[in-house]
Amino acid sequence: MSKAILYDATQCIGCKLCEQACADRWGHPYDDTLAAQEKLSAEKLTAVLSRGDRFMRRMCMHCADPTCASVCPVGAFTKTAAGPVVYDESKCIGCRYCMLACPFGVPRYEWNKTLPRVRKCDMCADRVAAGGQPACAEICPTGATLFGEYETLVSLAQQRIREAPDHYVPHVYGLHEVGGTSVLLLSGVPFEQFGYRTDLLHEPMPMLTWRVLSRVPDLVLLGSVLLGGIWWITHRREEVAAAEAQSASRSRESG
Amino acid sequence: MSWRLSRASWPRLTFWKGIFLIVVAVGLYATWVRFSRGLGAATNLGDEFPWGLWVGFDVLCGVMLAAGGFTLTAAVYIFNAERFRPIVRPTVLTAFLGYVLVVVALLYDLGRGDRIWHPLVMWNPRSVMFEVAWCVMLYTTVLALEFAPVVFERLRLERPRRILRGISLPLVILGVILSTLHQSSLGSLYLIVPEKLHPLWYTPLLPVLFFLSAIGIGLAMTIFESSLSAKYFQRQLELPLLRELGRFLVVVLAVYGVLRMQDLHHRDALRFVLEPGYASSLFLIEVVLGLALPIVLLLSPRVRARVGGLYLSSVLVILGFITNRLNVSITGFEAATGATYVPRWTEIAVTAMIIAAGFAVFSLAVKHLPIFAAEPSPVVPAAPPVPARVHHVRA
Ligand code: SF4
Ligand code: SF4
Repeated sequence: MSKAILYDATQCIGCKLCEQACADRWGHPYDDTLAAQEKLSAEKLTAVLSRGDRFMRRMCMHCADPTCASVCPVGAFTKTAAGPVVYDESKCIGCRYCMLACPFGVPRYEWNKTLPRVRKCDMCADRVAAGGQPACAEICPTGATLFGEYETLVSLAQQRIREAPDHYVPHVYGLHEVGGTSVLLLSGVPFEQFGYRTDLLHEPMPMLTWRVLSRVPDLVLLGSVLLGGIWWITHRREEVAAAEAQSASRSRESG
Repeated sequence: MSWRLSRASWPRLTFWKGIFLIVVAVGLYATWVRFSRGLGAATNLGDEFPWGLWVGFDVLCGVMLAAGGFTLTAAVYIFNAERFRPIVRPTVLTAFLGYVLVVVALLYDLGRGDRIWHPLVMWNPRSVMFEVAWCVMLYTTVLALEFAPVVFERLRLERPRRILRGISLPLVILGVILSTLHQSSLGSLYLIVPEKLHPLWYTPLLPVLFFLSAIGIGLAMTIFESSLSAKYFQRQLELPLLRELGRFLVVVLAVYGVLRMQDLHHRDALRFVLEPGYASSLFLIEVVLGLALPIVLLLSPRVRARVGGLYLSSVLVILGFITNRLNVSITGFEAATGATYVPRWTEIAVTAMIIAAGFAVFSLAVKHLPIFAAEPSPVVPAAPPVPARVHHVRA
């Protein structure tokens, strides 16, 4: 069964231990300056944003049908059966189309390296594969970040909204956005306040390009026949001229 | 005396050569910055703005401006418009150089240019970028094969030349199809960002609009180049032929314009045109100066009667569609996401060097290869060699 993360912002106390655990796991530096940066970067793959006493995490959403995986010309991203979307840096050519396309603005780039890579959260795919859980979920002292079975977490999220409707905005973020994601968010204040778009499509984004791309083979065949046909028609006059010339010379010979 | 002699044998340093050398010197320095210190030091790109001038201008506009190649080969070989044959060679050469330069630009822009070949072996058919990569690669090969006969002619290699001529029709058809695919796919690249691209430019019709504008640009570039080569290489098309191209251009522009307006109307996006601001002014530049004005100009017989009028209209069209590509790739994102981007000097320097290299190689090729030479007409083999219908305006 596929795994997921449920982050309930109403239970988050903004301790940023998840940021710390994530940095440790990737071997990234982490100090007070980095902790104060409320945005993702190549060395900060999850960020806790704060607005007063409200908090919200940002990280890769691990889409069910990831835009990044569909746009990458070399297929560097894979949605694993377990849930994490993983990146193979040995394939990446650095076109950065994934960064342009990701509906959540997640992938970051190592702009200052001469051999740069794309960076994003991978839901600790190695730990998950070994039966463990992501570092952020493991360390979270309040249970705001939970790791578990996707279905279980979906019903838990819905149950929380049902039982405390005044406490939450009535929206499990990630349940329908871009066809569903493996990271689910609950919040007490509108998601837009933290830069989460609520106007995203409810179908997988890759459909937008696939609708066109899937026609390519048909177009090639149709186009060849059409162009060949036009050539055949427009060059008819020369055939006629050649035939006339031939019959003329034949009649001269026979005459 | 001897001093004078050796001085005379130096190539003359003209104004344009001087400019060229400066552009190349600055470009080489920018190149060093790019490859020794990375994209961060050489560009103003960042996580909020991952694509800039090199994608928006060098790649998108580069491919678009090379569209004359497929437009003209289709006209001559498939639609049998033999009268345009004299300009097939310079146009195919321009297209070929254009694509080579696009690939050069990609080597700067890709974070890992050393892996530019990866799409050949690592496939992702769901990716528009993958399709574009394959089409551009195949089409560059096709253009090389379409141009090769000129080189073979110069080297007097009869056999390979005859072989290539034998497959010229399938080559042209393949070229037209590949061009149709990737010219439109450059628009499809942006289908995936409905929430990030301003509604004046995001439309499901992006691939169709990109394709139509590529044809328009193909015609406009042919007029433009013919006028340029009249000036610098003393060759040009006869005025009636240019005029005919102008007529085709008007029709393509009109169809494009109507489609664009219908699309804005159906998506209820026309209201954004009236919203004062950055986005709407850029849109107006694109549509009024680059579309409406050249249509009006070209519809006037007085304008079409003169080379200058045709030339001016084609320049407007070219500038208009360049604005369009930059709007789709850069300013349309700024308008919708609030992120800002201004290219760094290094980005501009590299772009300028690439353009300069294109001009230099083109004039070298014209000097040493039979680009403007009369190709024996294949139409009536028995007839005596027909003089090509190039107008020699020898100075
Ligand atoms: S959130 Fe972005 S980076 Fe993460 S899986 Fe989805 S598309 Fe990919
Ligand atoms: S930057 Fe790398 S991972 Fe992202 S789309 Fe390009 S090749 Fe794929």
